[in-house]
Amino acid sequence: MNNPIVSLVDAGKSYAKLDALQSMTMTLGEGEVLGLFGHNGAGKTTMMKLILGVISPTRGQVEVMGMAPDSKEAWHCRSKVGYLPENVSFYEQLTGLEVLTYFAKLKGFSKKEAVDLLEQVGITYAMKRQVKTYSKGMRQRLGLAQAFIGEPRLLLLDEPTVGLDPIATRDFYTTVDQLKSNGSSVILCSHVLPGVEQHIDRVMILSRGQLLAMGTLSELRQQAALPVTIKPSGLNGALAANTKLNGFLSSSCQQTLMVPEQEKLMVLKELLSLDGLNDINVEAANLEQVYQHFLSQYELSLDEKKSPKDNGGQG
Amino acid sequence: MKQIFTVANKEFHDGLRNRWLVSITLIFALLSIGLTYFGAAASGEVGVASLSTTVASLASLAVFLIPLIALLLSYDSFVGEQESGTLLLLLTYPLSKSQLLLGKFIGQGGIIALATLLGFGASAVLLYFQQGDTDIFSAFALFIFTAILLGLSFTAISYLISLSVNEKSKAAGFALIIWFLFALAFDLALLALLVGVEDGVSQQGLTQLMMLNPADIFRLVNLAGLDSSAVNGALAAAINASLSQGQLILALVAWVILPLTLAIIIFKKKTL
Repeated sequence: MNNPIVSLVDAGKSYAKLDALQSMTMTLGEGEVLGLFGHNGAGKTTMMKLILGVISPTRGQVEVMGMAPDSKEAWHCRSKVGYLPENVSFYEQLTGLEVLTYFAKLKGFSKKEAVDLLEQVGITYAMKRQVKTYSKGMRQRLGLAQAFIGEPRLLLLDEPTVGLDPIATRDFYTTVDQLKSNGSSVILCSHVLPGVEQHIDRVMILSRGQLLAMGTLSELRQQAALPVTIKPSGLNGALAANTKLNGFLSSSCQQTLMVPEQEKLMVLKELLSLDGLNDINVEAANLEQVYQHFLSQYELSLDEKKSPKDNGGQG
Repeated sequence: MKQIFTVANKEFHDGLRNRWLVSITLIFALLSIGLTYFGAAASGEVGVASLSTTVASLASLAVFLIPLIALLLSYDSFVGEQESGTLLLLLTYPLSKSQLLLGKFIGQGGIIALATLLGFGASAVLLYFQQGDTDIFSAFALFIFTAILLGLSFTAISYLISLSVNEKSKAAGFALIIWFLFALAFDLALLALLVGVEDGVSQQGLTQLMMLNPADIFRLVNLAGLDSSAVNGALAAAINASLSQGQLILALVAWVILPLTLAIIIFKKKTL
């Protein structure tokens, strides 16, 4: 990562009464896919707007492809950036092809590219119809086609899979993987969604404008120290009888072991040595659990910060 | 420049698609042809009215219609795109705010200008066939030219509205208020000032006050050149002290450029 596509150095954004994004530092390398997660109002969109250069940071520095995105010099870089906003409804009275041709022309491309992109997202059959007749999924595909104009080096996608059916979602992730292997960097902004894990390299979790955690999924798993779920089958009572294992038994289910990451191998070895074991299912904490963990930790720390004040008030 | 053209092209085609061009042209053509033929009815004659009567009636009609149409056409240009999210998206494109605004202005202004030219031009052509008098074209040329300027001025004003509010419905409300103020209330206020306050305002002062309203400038340009017999109403008083035609047209051009510049400044400061 000698030449990061995006770098934020202590960058933050405040509005008159609101710290939309507290100072944070991050980089995004070439061909990297970053998942940006957080609730509504967590600062995801603010961060995207900073990177897009639509707003300027109140403090710190933002650089995209080596330039401040809100500066004049970065102008030509903009055709290399694709963006899918969270809430966008395209010109209803225009046909899909007309909408996409308009946006393609603004980026310096022609109708031909627009047609190709519509084919790529699979709505060629509807391209001569007005957008107002489109279903939510079709609109989302049109939005994606718009973001893909000109093979962008950087893609920012806000809730890209909302409204897509499972097949379209799979197609979407395939496209993301393709873009990634072509060296494009992607920022996926989302509520935590199942299935997103295998397509992202790094995770960033935001809450109330604060960076809660950043790293690869396995790094975050380690930080969170969430247990691995192991489900052996065919053992019946042997689990509860085994002194090495019964300490890990889940309180809710007698057939499930919740094992800390560092004990995982020991437990597996022990399980394999048991007779009667006919299947075993090992599941590391998924993204959703990691996300929940960091979020609840944050809530706890907020409560702790608050409580001394409350005590002081009473005293 | 290419970007401005792309936006202008899109806006112009929107105007075609939404039947704005057709309907405005039709309204102007029907009204102007009607006025041309029956304008004299008020003075007891039937048949084609005199040229100055026709232009006077057309001007007093256009002064209400054109601002209203321009405001209707453009009040949601920005706030509408802001609500649908495309404005934010467009701003991430290699397209500056002034390029977007000018592009829209050229596109929508083009619709107004073309409709004015075709609609009122139709009655000019008709009059020419009836009377064979080439004076008709010079009189109509001035009228159509200033009518286009009036339309452009109110297009720019509606951009000001569209960029200053965050809801489409508010923009519609403000557009209506602006129309009412400029087309109706302003004149009533002037009239009240003229009649109600003794020595309140000189003729010179009245003309200067009228420079504050593009609709009045339009009226002054078009009525100043006519026989005063065809001109009645409170504003006739101001005509005698009027500025030269060139100055009036310059004032009208200023009423296009100033709101447009102000709109660009507001747009640049606007955060999304």
